[in-house]
Amino acid sequence: MKAVVSRRQFLITGAALSGGLLVGCGKPTAADRLGEGLPVDAGEVALNGWVKIAPDGTVTVAVPRSEMGQGVLTALPMLLVEELGARWEDVRVEQAPVARIYANVAMLLNVVPFTSDDDSMLARVARASVQRLGYVLSLQVTGGSASVRDAWEPMRLAGATARAMLVQVAATRWGVAPANCRVEAGQVIHGQTGAKLGFGELVKDAAALSPPADVPFKDLAQYKLIGKPIARTDIPAKVNGAAVFGVDVRVKDMVYAAIAQPPVFGAQIASVDDAAARQRRGVIKVLQIPQGVVVVADSWWRAKQALAEVKISYATTAHDKVSSADIARQFKAELAANKGFAYGSKGDAEGALKQATKVIEATYWAPFLAHSAMEPINCVAQVQAGKVEVWCATQSPSLAKWKAAQVADVDMDQVTLHVPYLGGGFGRRLEIDMVEQAVAIALQLDGKPVKLLWTREEDMQHDVYRPAALSEFRAAVDAKGRVTAWTNRVAAPSITYDSVRRLLPLAAANTPDKNQIEGAFDIPYAFDSIDVRQVRPETHVPVGSWRSVGHSYNAFFTESFVDELAHAAGQDPHAYRRSLLGAHPRHQAVLDLAASKAGWGKPLPKGRARGIALHESFGSICAQVAEVSVADGQVKVHRVVCAIDCGVVVNPDTVEAQMQGSIVYGLSAALFGEITVANGRVEQSNFPSYDALHLAQMPVVETHIVPSTAAPGGVGEPGTPPIAPAVTNAVYALTKQRIRSLPIRLEHAQ
Amino acid sequence: MHTFKLNGQAVSVDVEDDMPLLWVLRDELGHTGTKFGCGIAACGACTVHMDGAAVRSCVMPVVAAAGKDIRTIENKDDPILARLQAAWVAHQVPQCGYCQSGMLMAATALLRSNPQPTDADIDAAMTNICRCGTYQRVRAAIHSAKVPA
Repeated sequence: MKAVVSRRQFLITGAALSGGLLVGCGKPTAADRLGEGLPVDAGEVALNGWVKIAPDGTVTVAVPRSEMGQGVLTALPMLLVEELGARWEDVRVEQAPVARIYANVAMLLNVVPFTSDDDSMLARVARASVQRLGYVLSLQVTGGSASVRDAWEPMRLAGATARAMLVQVAATRWGVAPANCRVEAGQVIHGQTGAKLGFGELVKDAAALSPPADVPFKDLAQYKLIGKPIARTDIPAKVNGAAVFGVDVRVKDMVYAAIAQPPVFGAQIASVDDAAARQRRGVIKVLQIPQGVVVVADSWWRAKQALAEVKISYATTAHDKVSSADIARQFKAELAANKGFAYGSKGDAEGALKQATKVIEATYWAPFLAHSAMEPINCVAQVQAGKVEVWCATQSPSLAKWKAAQVADVDMDQVTLHVPYLGGGFGRRLEIDMVEQAVAIALQLDGKPVKLLWTREEDMQHDVYRPAALSEFRAAVDAKGRVTAWTNRVAAPSITYDSVRRLLPLAAANTPDKNQIEGAFDIPYAFDSIDVRQVRPETHVPVGSWRSVGHSYNAFFTESFVDELAHAAGQDPHAYRRSLLGAHPRHQAVLDLAASKAGWGKPLPKGRARGIALHESFGSICAQVAEVSVADGQVKVHRVVCAIDCGVVVNPDTVEAQMQGSIVYGLSAALFGEITVANGRVEQSNFPSYDALHLAQMPVVETHIVPSTAAPGGVGEPGTPPIAPAVTNAVYALTKQRIRSLPIRLEHAQ
Repeated sequence: MHTFKLNGQAVSVDVEDDMPLLWVLRDELGHTGTKFGCGIAACGACTVHMDGAAVRSCVMPVVAAAGKDIRTIENKDDPILARLQAAWVAHQVPQCGYCQSGMLMAATALLRSNPQPTDADIDAAMTNICRCGTYQRVRAAIHSAKVPA
């Protein structure tokens, strides 16, 4: 199957753009995104930009999101096929090309600085505007736990519209009313006569019809696929070695590249002595690109071995002496010097603090974190006769194409991009540094395709890191023990600023960034007054999106401090939270579900304790209860009960898998995760020094899904934020040690 | 020239003695099911079988494989592997899937040497890293693929 964007599609979208879709700031509708075509193989007929049908009835669904283990190649087709009425066994899935209709407009909802329950005109306009922006920019991205949220309407509409067209053709052939026909298992059936026609027999004529408007969606009660634990389409190839990840791409005459990037971020190469390296077996070329020194060889191992013999020196930078301690001091100083940008404020917090009977204060810290996806960063590129072909396991296909075109100095329509499976994404593969490098290398290889592969050490030391963050809380407590003010100021580098700086250096500005304060300003608890502010220090350490982004640390800060307030008030942490959630029944229900399934309040064996945490992110609400013990100074997590309200559930088995995975990712960070800087460079280099949870440390995770008919929320990330505070709150319950810095380090062995 | 058996077939490669078996498999022989994860035997993504035992091929020089029986995830003649693969599908174990070749090869070696592993045996044998967090399903799948006692 060729993943080529049709010229027609570009013309259509171009015409649509100039035709006035830009006017106004309304959210692009599902109908705007129906599209008209897909690249087809012989006999296949496309009914819109999302689905095509072959004469034998095989249905092919185009999925514009990248599969990185979150089950998107299954969940998204389920939406379309549910409405289409095809048999699931007849469905095939292919990666969609890059085109505007596939923009992930819902992802940008994550940047809107309003609480999720804010229905004000301003909030609504902001939500519509950012979605329009994503559409106009054609941001085809997999991230922000937004794939299902984004596809929910367009892909169901694509299925429903295609179905209506197929029914119309059958009805016309039979001379009956479409209303008297139904669709079942890939066939249109006439009710009275029982006449049947398969989709494959109808599709050619259906394509000649105009897509009808106002096609109704099925009722939830009619769903046959949505809500069922459908087996993932990508799993069979992932148990026998057949699945092709980015690193597995092999192209005829391909050569291999290894890269050494400057250990201090941003350092320039001063000198290179490659005499010894060039003598080694298999070495084809030693070259420089702006990001580092590259050895190209006939095998990757030979390239890597030769690279180790290249002597490289770097020019000094202003950051050559920077350490983690310096960065922590910098954050503290900036918080002291700067009141910060107010994100959430309600009531008179400062006044309440002045009148308080007691003020509770606490300072929290979260470190930089690496993504360390199992598949090290890589990209295959070929530049030949003004055409660029790129194979990249990327979360950002549209940006990858743009960057490839920019580096090779060709038009974007001269770039062909293939997106193989991603061996983990977690936000790291939103970046397009590997595309930039691979194309720059390919440009120096006279048309030869080249596979650039980073070592694990390069991957860990040249990540875009989850920002370190410092949080300072104050809570005012009145004579009755009520919290009358909640203030929180968070210092964390802006990932929006840093990301834009990497893409468009001239356009970047360090302005207020919701990414760094999400989950801190939008807390659900009913305190009388709230004041949450952001300070954005700049460091030389690149930062980026890491599974659950700002929520990853703000949930730890907020849910820990709420726990502190509960204990200060002498109340049970579950009951205390509950009492503050009167205005948020969905939150309350999730919290209660986790507590009751965990047996909250029931006795535990000696040496064990429970902790609870609740957090809303990416349109879903998640609560977790962790059960822990401490032995030899180490925390062991035995059991995690996880409750989630993610609206309508598309694939419950995937939701469960994502909860397990999110918890492991967050628990790895809470127990072990820390990237430190010394002499301007990252100290950790591979798994022993930046460890991950192993199977022996895996708690039993029990997932409970709140039944819901609300529009879908995200599931890839919302399970990560609550786990660290659930665990540290349990540690407090067990040891009376309040963990205010991650990763968890107990003060003395128990 | 180094000669060994790969999934039952004799293969020969003309490479340096110290080229790790992983890179011989992937780049010289085109068997890409075995994955590169860390290069220092820490993560287990590169796990293959040498004469039936699980080894981490990223640190195994090809010279050490000479004359040996090497089996990878692409191997179709191992009934234990086949049973585990079926269990992996039934339990929907993989997420991104990148570590799963190594997981399956480690689990196959475990069941070959210990057909009835306990949880503690599984903990001790399955030291592969999975960043997606499939561990709970890995454990369940191994238990379900045990030979009935």
